[in-house]
Amino acid sequence: MLALEMFRSLPRTVAGKAMGSRMPGILSGFAAPLRLMTIDPPVVDRPGWARLRSRLSGICGSDLGALSGSTSLYFSAVVSLPFVPGHEVVAELLDDCEDLPAGTRVVLDPVLTCAARGVEACENCSAGRTNVCSRITVGDLAPGLQTGFCRDTGGGWGQQLTAHRSQMHVVPEGWSDEQALLMEPLSCAVHTALRAGVRDGDRVLVSGAGSVGLFATLALRQLTGAGQITVVAKHPHQRELALELGATEVVSPSETLRRVRRETGAFQLKPEFSAPYLLGGVDVAVDAVGSKSSLETALGATRAGGRVVLSGMPAAADLSAAWFRELELVGTYASSRHEPPVHGQSGKGAFELAAELAALEPVVQLSKSVVSYPLHRWREALDHAHAAGRLGTVKVAFDPRSSQ
Amino acid sequence: MSRPGFVLEVDDRTPPMVVHEGLGFRLENFPLGTRVVYPPESLPAVPDVDDAIDHALRHPVDSEPLPALLRPGMRLTIAFDDISLPLPSMKSPDIRGRVIEAVLTMAAEAGVDDVKIIAANALHRRMTAAELKHIVGERVFRSFYPQGDLYNFDAEDRDELAHLGTTDKGEDIEISKRAAESDLLVYVNVNLVAMDGGHKSVGIGLASYKSLRHHHNAKTMVHSRSFMDHKHSAMHHSAWRMGRIIKDTVQVFQIETTLNNDVFPSSLAFLQKREWEWSVRDQASMLAVRRGLAMAPQKARHKLFHDVRSVYGLTGINAGEVEAVHERTLEKVHAQHSVEVNGQSDVMVMGVPYLGPYNVNSSMNPILAACMGLGYYFNSYRGQPVVRKGGAVILYHPLDEGFNQLHHPSYVDFYEEVLAESTDPAVVGEKYEQQFAQDPWYIHLYRTSHAYHGVHPFYMWYWIAHALDHVGEVIWVGGNRKAAARMGFRAATTLQDALEMASGTVGSAPSITYLHNPPHLLADVR
Ligand SMILES: [Zn+2]
Ligand SMILES: [Zn+2]
Repeated sequence: MLALEMFRSLPRTVAGKAMGSRMPGILSGFAAPLRLMTIDPPVVDRPGWARLRSRLSGICGSDLGALSGSTSLYFSAVVSLPFVPGHEVVAELLDDCEDLPAGTRVVLDPVLTCAARGVEACENCSAGRTNVCSRITVGDLAPGLQTGFCRDTGGGWGQQLTAHRSQMHVVPEGWSDEQALLMEPLSCAVHTALRAGVRDGDRVLVSGAGSVGLFATLALRQLTGAGQITVVAKHPHQRELALELGATEVVSPSETLRRVRRETGAFQLKPEFSAPYLLGGVDVAVDAVGSKSSLETALGATRAGGRVVLSGMPAAADLSAAWFRELELVGTYASSRHEPPVHGQSGKGAFELAAELAALEPVVQLSKSVVSYPLHRWREALDHAHAAGRLGTVKVAFDPRSSQ
Repeated sequence: MSRPGFVLEVDDRTPPMVVHEGLGFRLENFPLGTRVVYPPESLPAVPDVDDAIDHALRHPVDSEPLPALLRPGMRLTIAFDDISLPLPSMKSPDIRGRVIEAVLTMAAEAGVDDVKIIAANALHRRMTAAELKHIVGERVFRSFYPQGDLYNFDAEDRDELAHLGTTDKGEDIEISKRAAESDLLVYVNVNLVAMDGGHKSVGIGLASYKSLRHHHNAKTMVHSRSFMDHKHSAMHHSAWRMGRIIKDTVQVFQIETTLNNDVFPSSLAFLQKREWEWSVRDQASMLAVRRGLAMAPQKARHKLFHDVRSVYGLTGINAGEVEAVHERTLEKVHAQHSVEVNGQSDVMVMGVPYLGPYNVNSSMNPILAACMGLGYYFNSYRGQPVVRKGGAVILYHPLDEGFNQLHHPSYVDFYEEVLAESTDPAVVGEKYEQQFAQDPWYIHLYRTSHAYHGVHPFYMWYWIAHALDHVGEVIWVGGNRKAAARMGFRAATTLQDALEMASGTVGSAPSITYLHNPPHLLADVR
C-alpha cells in the first residue's frame, strides 16, 4: 500500500532544523523527514483490532511541528520510528470489529490507551481520563502516544491502518467525510474548553484562530458560561469564522493587550526590552498557537489568579507572570473518555460532545472548506497546511483513496 | 495703526498663498475667484503691562477693588488657565505669571497667608514642573510649588471635589473643593479666542467629569453655533447656567487678559504677512525655511516649530465680576479677530498647523488635527458658517504625526477601537464614553502621569460634531489615506484632486473661501 512515512528520528530533525531555515519549504523540501513509500499494510493481530481504509486524514499543527523539527525532544520517547502520520482519521472498517460490521465509517480517538495496548487499565484509564494514560509505551504495541505516531498501527496518511475498537466512534448517518474529519479536533477543543474551568460570565481570551483556536472558541461558547470571548486572529478570514463560531470580538495580535486592558479596566506595564503586560485582565486565556509570543500574550493578559490553558504545543516562554500573578497553568492534551460535567450533565465523552458540535450549522459550513490532497502531492499539501491561516483554509487533509 | 481683516479675491496676479500643514506649510495656487480671508493685523499692545494689571485690579468692573477683598485669615485661591493657552506658548514672562505676582503682592500687603494656586486644567493633562514654572514665573514657582501650594487640579481626586448643586436643567456642578470653599477665588485667564473665559473659566477649568459631561457631549456641541459666540452656543449656555450657581456660592474675582495676533517670531515673520506684500527679505527667509524643512528630519521639524514662543502684546486686561468682565474681553477679542465675510461659499479651505490646544510640547495626532480643523477653525464664525450647508471642507494636514503615548494614551484606543466601529459622535458617545471616562488605567495616568483624561478624545470628536452635521464632504489634502478613512474622511494629494473629488457635492465650479489661519481670525459671515 501507499503511505507517507516519517522516517528520520526527531533528534536528527532537530539538528536539521538548526542548520536549515525556518522557511515553510523545510517541511516539504529535501530535508523533510517524510517520504512516500509502498509498504506492507499494518496488522495488529490482537482481539479488538481491525483493519481500516483511510478515507480522509487531516494535517494537524502537531504533525507540522514534528516534521519541521520544532517539537520538543520530550516526545522522542513516546513515538516509534518509522511511522505513518495521521491522527485525525475518517476511515471505514475492512473487517468486522466486535459490534461493528465491516464497511462501518468511523472516526478515531487516536490516543493508544491501556485498552488498545492490551494491558490492565492504569489509574487514569480506569477513571476515564484516557488522554493521560500512563502506559503509552508498553503492551502489544511499539511506543506511540497516538495513532499517527506509532510504528505498529499505521496512520491516516496511508491507504490502510489498524485501530482498536476502543478508539472507534461511528460517524452518524448522512455526514460527509469532511464533517466527520472535524470530530477529532473538535473533541480536543471540547476537552480544552472544559479544562479551562470557565465560570459563568468569565472573560476569556483565545490566542490564535487556526483550527485549534476556532474550535476552542466554539466549544467555549457552546459548553461553558463564558461571557466575553476575545479571539486573537491574524487574518481577515479568521475574523469572520471566529465571530461565526461564538467570539464576542476579534482582535489582531498587535492590539490584543490594549483591547483586553481597556475592556477589563486593567493597568498596563511596560518592562524594559520586552513586551508589555497587564495587572488585571481576562479570567481565562487559552493559548491556541503555542508560540512564545502567543503564550506570553496569554500570560500577560490574564488577571492574577486566573487560568492559562496550553492548547497548542507550547514553546519556551517567560513564565514570570505565572509565578508573580499566581496563575494556574493548565495543559490540555487530546481528549478524554469521561469529560468533566457540562451544564449539569456529567460523564459524556469528548467525542460525544464533539459530535453535537460537528452537527452545528457553522461547522457543517466549515467542513465544506476542507481541502484534500492525494498522497503523492504531499509537498503541496504540507505547504498549504503551513500557510492555512493566511490562505483562509481551516483544515487541509489527505485523501489516500485518490492516490492509486 | 493696525489694519483690519481683509478678504482678497484671487485673480491672475495673486501670488501663491501660504497654507499650513502640520510641521510645515505649502504655497498653494488657488483657483481664480477664491476668497482668501486674512486675519486683522495685530492690535497695538498696552504700553505698560504692569501698570495695566495694577489698574485692572484696583479698578475692577462691578466689583470692589481687589485690595478691598483681601483680609488677614482669609482663604485665597488663585486659579489660572493651563498650557492649552495661548497658542503658541508665550515668551517669558507669561502674562498669567505677571498677574498672579500682582495679586500675590496685594494679598501679602493685606496679610493673607492661606494661598493656593491651582492650574485649571480640568481633564487636560497635568503640566510638568517646568511648564508650570513657565506660566507662573520663577518667583511664584519657587515660593509655592515645593510646598505643594501650586498644583494641577485633579478632577479625579474625590476628596478634593465639592458638589455645589444642580442647575434647573439638572446639570451637576462639581468643582475643586479648595476653590469652592475659598473666601475669594481669583481666576487668571488668557483669552486668545472668543470661546475662552467668562463662566467657562471656573465652571469648566476646575470642574470634574460629572460636571463636564452635561455640556461636553455630541448633542450640546452640535447646537453650539458657534463656540465663538457664547450667546448662540449651547455649551456656553450650560456653562453660564452653572456659572451663575457658582457665583452664588463662591466669590469669584475674574481677571481676563486679551492678546494681539503676534504669534510668529521674527524668523517666521513672513507667515504673519500677506504674501503679495512680502519683501525681498521675506521671500528669502521663506525660501530658507522651506529648504530647511524639506531637508530636516521629522524630529528636527517638530523641534523647530514646537520651540516657537510668541511675543504677544497684551491688548487689554479687565477684572471684576465674571460676566461684566467677559463683555469687555469679547469686545477686544472681536476687534482683534473679526473679519467681515459676505455670504457663505460652497467650499471652505483651511490649513491645519502643527499646534492645537491639546498638543503643546506634544504631537498632533489625526484626532487632534480633525478637532483643530473641524472644531476650532470651522467654528470660528459668527452668524453662519463660512461654508454653506452641505458644502465641502478641504483641510491640509499629513494626519500622520502619531500618538504620543505619554500624553494621549486613550486616543490610541479611541482611534483603533471606537472610530473603527463608528465615526458618528452621538453613537460613539452613547456606546463608549462611560467606559473611557471610568477606565481606571486612564484615570491613573491622568492623575499620576501626564495623560489627558480617558474621555478627552471623545470631547475632541464631539467638538467636530457641528461641522460633521453641517458639511457634506471633508477632504484632507496631503493626508494619510488610512487615517482619513478611519475618521470617515477622504484624502487627496493636491487641491485640484480635492476639488475634483468634491465636485459631486459642490459642482465643478464651486465658490471657495480660504481662511488664512493662523493667526486666528473670526469670520463674521453676513
Ligand atoms: Zn492533532
Ligand atoms: Zn492507561
